[in-house]
This record gives sequence, structure tokens and C-alpha cells, in this order.
Amino acid sequence: MNESLPITAVADDPLLAVKEISAGYGAIEALHGLSLQVNRGEIVALIGANGAGKSSLLMTICANPPARRGEIRYLGQEITRLATHQIARLGIAHVPEGRRVFAGMTVEENLAMGLMALANQPVLSAAEQPGVVEDLERVYHLFPRLRERARQRAGTLSGGEQQMLAIGRALMSRPRLLLLDEPSLGLAPQIMGRIFATLRAIVEEGTTIFLVEQNANQALQLADRAYVLVNGCITLSGPGQELLTSPEIRKAYLGGH
Amino acid sequence: MDIYIFGQQLVNGLVLGSTYGLIAVGYTMVYGIIGMINFAHGEIYMISAYLTAIFLALLAGFGLHSVPVVLLLVLLCTLFLTALYGWSVERIAYRPLRHSNRLAPLISAIGISLILQNYIRISQGARNQGVPPVLEGVWRIPAQAVEQQFVQITYQQSLIVITALASMALLTWVIHHTALGRACRATQQDRVMANLLGVDTDRIISVVFVMGAAMAAVAGMLVTLNYGSFDFYIGFLMGIKAFTAAVLGGIGSLPGAMLGGVVLGLAESFFAGFVNSDYKDVFAFSLLILFLIFRPSGFLGVPEVEKV
Ligand SMILES: Nc1ncnc2c1ncn2[C@@H]1O[C@H](COP(=O)(O)OP(=O)(O)O)[C@@H](O)[C@H]1O
Ligand SMILES: [Mg+2]
Repeated sequence: MNESLPITAVADDPLLAVKEISAGYGAIEALHGLSLQVNRGEIVALIGANGAGKSSLLMTICANPPARRGEIRYLGQEITRLATHQIARLGIAHVPEGRRVFAGMTVEENLAMGLMALANQPVLSAAEQPGVVEDLERVYHLFPRLRERARQRAGTLSGGEQQMLAIGRALMSRPRLLLLDEPSLGLAPQIMGRIFATLRAIVEEGTTIFLVEQNANQALQLADRAYVLVNGCITLSGPGQELLTSPEIRKAYLGGH
Repeated sequence: MDIYIFGQQLVNGLVLGSTYGLIAVGYTMVYGIIGMINFAHGEIYMISAYLTAIFLALLAGFGLHSVPVVLLLVLLCTLFLTALYGWSVERIAYRPLRHSNRLAPLISAIGISLILQNYIRISQGARNQGVPPVLEGVWRIPAQAVEQQFVQITYQQSLIVITALASMALLTWVIHHTALGRACRATQQDRVMANLLGVDTDRIISVVFVMGAAMAAVAGMLVTLNYGSFDFYIGFLMGIKAFTAAVLGGIGSLPGAMLGGVVLGLAESFFAGFVNSDYKDVFAFSLLILFLIFRPSGFLGVPEVEKV
């Protein structure tokens, strides 16, 4: 790997530690000095209303836009000043809001784009990396629909299939940390259930997940721990089940009583 | 209609169209990836003509006379240095303006274009330059054995068409069947996403400028060998013609640029042969204007989607 990290981090170090970061666009500040951490093997959820800054946080972890203040550590090393593509090559895969599959490319080609983060010379020799065939099998095993559609253009897929493709593409880069931005957006509850079930399987295979959701109910049920984001600040955090039963959360996000 | 004139204009049109296509590829690829017309591209073509002449003279100075070897060496050297110019133009004139408004890189393009023209005018002189013929010979295709009635194709013209086809086939293959090409297409479709996937998109943009300049270098060398003469101003007309070809084909589309080149070459050639050869450039630019007004997406382009 291009920027291999000296793995000096001790085992109970968090995989990702965000410390008092601020970020925004031009004159707008979207994140106001927020901190959180994600440990190895966890599913951590971040819930918040539309416009709270959830997507901005995920994008800032990937340095697009970069943080204005504070620091982001990954595997114990500071990554705040790295470029977006360098961060991807460290094993942080981002499934962004709206999926952003390459509509003009086939499903297979989209999955191959996940290899770009892998190789030394990502534009020349990614396909020759050992183990790629096994990785592809694993993705097809998780999402059999993608195998059926392998040679179809991604633009012709349904929303659910595109979401599977975006997750599959991210998994092809063998991420240690998977960032998911509202994977349930616009999907039928049944398809959403299937995708959430897959997330559990992904974590069991050794990838840590940081999940952003407006759909608080599902996300909190799945998550080990969760944070609540309001207007660019973390207001609450705790185990998923605990937040699920917290009266404040029920009132604000679960439409509940 | 005279069948011989028709045949001859067909040949001339294909030859002309091949060179337009080679240069149009550079406009279309750069537009596809950064949404900007690289107005310095014609100057890159012009510089490759000078480089061709310089390397021809150098090789002759070394006493090298084998035609295939000379052609190959001149091609490689010209290609390499022209590509370096293309790369530098992007680094100096466009990359620093990547995040400014749309007008700034346009002004910068015109600026760098003037700089290159005047740099050549001052360093190489304003007068017309020439190269000696390298590849001589001609095929004549008579349809009937009547005196003076034949279509002629020079070896040089065949070389232009064959080399253009081969270069375009190679470029198309790279874009569609290699990891580098996939990274280019991904960057063109969604630069932010490509970047999130670990593609160094700045590097891909450089690669695209290099590929465009290399194609222009192939055209510059072939045309220089064919016509034998050039000056520091040839990039202007050729640049606008090739830009027209890219618009006809659908700017942003690679096969479109090639198709647009051939169509423009043929249209211009038939207009010159059957209507009026003095007005052929006017005719070409009228086509540009008509397409910009009535079909801005060209033959193969998708209707304009506003780039972010
Ligand atoms: N590209 C952008 N340019 C300017 N402002 C933005 C941009 N993206 C998001 N914002 C602003 O940042 C704030 C947080 O948005 P976002 O992170 O998308 O929230 P969420 O994902 O929680 O819905 C909003 O006020 C939004 O308008
Ligand atoms: Mg969002």
C-alpha cells in the first residue's frame, strides 16, 4: 500500500478518533468542534435531522472539505492533512449519500473501481492484485443480484440495487472502516431490511462500520453505540439500545410516545 | 458530377478529416473531464510541427536516412516533448485556477495561447518554415484508362489515414479496457466519487492533457510531413477547425470527435471541390455556428448537463 501506516496503535486504541473538528463551506460552518470515536469491530450510528451535518462529517473525515480545526486520527495516526485519495488508500471506504454509482459503467466496472484504493500504482495494476477474484465472489455472495446484473450499466439498476453496488464497490477496497451515508434513503422497507442484515455480516468479517442515518429506529437497533447530531454538535451518545428507549430520542426522531 | 473529382475530394476529405479528428480528441477529452475548452490546444499542435522539423533536421544531421526509422524516431521524440508541453500548460495555466469561477481558466487559456505563439515567433522567427519531403510516392487509381483522369493518393496521405486510425484505436482501447482508462472515465463522470475511491484525480487530469497533446502531436507531425511548410500561426485555424469537429461530433464524446473530424473534413473538401474553394473555411465555421444554435450536443453528445 502506498501510505502504509506503522501499526503502533495498541489494541484498545479507537480505529477512528475525531477530536473537536470544525468544517464547512465558504462562510457556512457545518460542524462546530465535534468529537466522537469508533472502535474496531463496532457498528456506530450517527443520527440526526436533515441538515444536521451528517454528510458533512463523513466527507470531512475524507478531507472533502478538509477540517478547519481539530484533528482526525485513524489507527492512531493523524490523517487530518492528507488528501482524499490518500485517505481512501488507508482503508477508509465511503458509500456517499445518493450512492454515486458510475451510471455509464457496467456493474463489474463499478466494482473494479473499488480496486483503485488498493494498488501501489492504482491506475495501472490494480487488477493484478492477488485475491481480487475472491473479493468479487464475496461481494456477489453478499449481493447475488449484482452477479445477475454484472454486465448491465449501473444507471439501469433500481435504487436498492444501486445501493448494493455502492456498498459492494466500497468492499472491493478491503476497507477497515466503512462509512455509510443514509443507505436506507428512498428504499422500500423490505429492501432496506435486507441491506441492514448484510451490514451485520460485513462487520462479522472484520470491517468496522460508521453508519449515518435519518431513519433512527433501524439504525439504533443495529448499532452497538450511537451519537446524536444536532446543528453540527453532538448532543447525546450511548449504546444503541439505550438511545432507542430514551424519551428524548423517541420524541425527536422516532415520532414516538 | 465528375466521378474523378468526387473520388479525389473523398480522399482529400478523409485525409483532412483524420487530422481534425486527432486534434478534436484533445478538446473533447479535456472538456469531458474538467468542463473547459482548452483554447491553447491549437498551439500545442503548432509546437509539434516545429518539433517535427527540428527532429528531422537533427536526424538528417546524424546521417540517418532510413525512412521508417526516421519517421518512428521523429514521432516518438515529437510525441514526448509535445506531451510535456500539454502537461505543463495544465500545471501552469489551469490547475491553480481549478476552484475559481468558470471565466478565469478561459482567460488563462487565451493567455497561454498567446504566450506560446509569441514564444515560437520570437525563438523560431516569424517567417514560414519548411521541411524536405520524407516519404515520396503516389498511387493512382484510374477508373477508365483515359489520359489525366485518375484519383491519386500519395503515400504520405495513406500514412496520415493509417496512423490516425491506429492512434485512435489505441486511445479507444486504453480508455475502455485498462485501469487507467477506467479511472479517466470515472473521473469524467463523477470526480468527487472517483477521488473518494482512491483515484488521484489531479493526476488523471494531467494524464488527459498528456493524451490530448500526444494525439495533437501525431497530427502535427503528419500534416507537417504532408504540406512541408508551417509557421507560428497555424495553430489558430487548425485549433478552431478541430474544435468545430469536436462540437459536430458532440463535445465530450470520444467517438464523436473522430466522427466529427471526418464529417468536417469531407464537408469542407466537397465544398471546395464542387462549390468554391475560397469559402471553405467560411463554410466550416457556418457549420459550427449552425450546430451551436440548433444541435449543441452534436451527433453523439448527450444534451448539456450543467457541470458542478
Ligand atoms: N456543498 C455544500 N456547499 C455549501 N453548503 C453545504 C454543502 N453541503 C452541505 N452544506 C450545508 O451544510 C449543512 C449540513 O448539511 P449536510 O451535512 O448535508 O447535512 P445532513 O447530511 O445531516 O442532512 C447544511 O446547512 C447544508 O446546507
Ligand atoms: Mg446527508
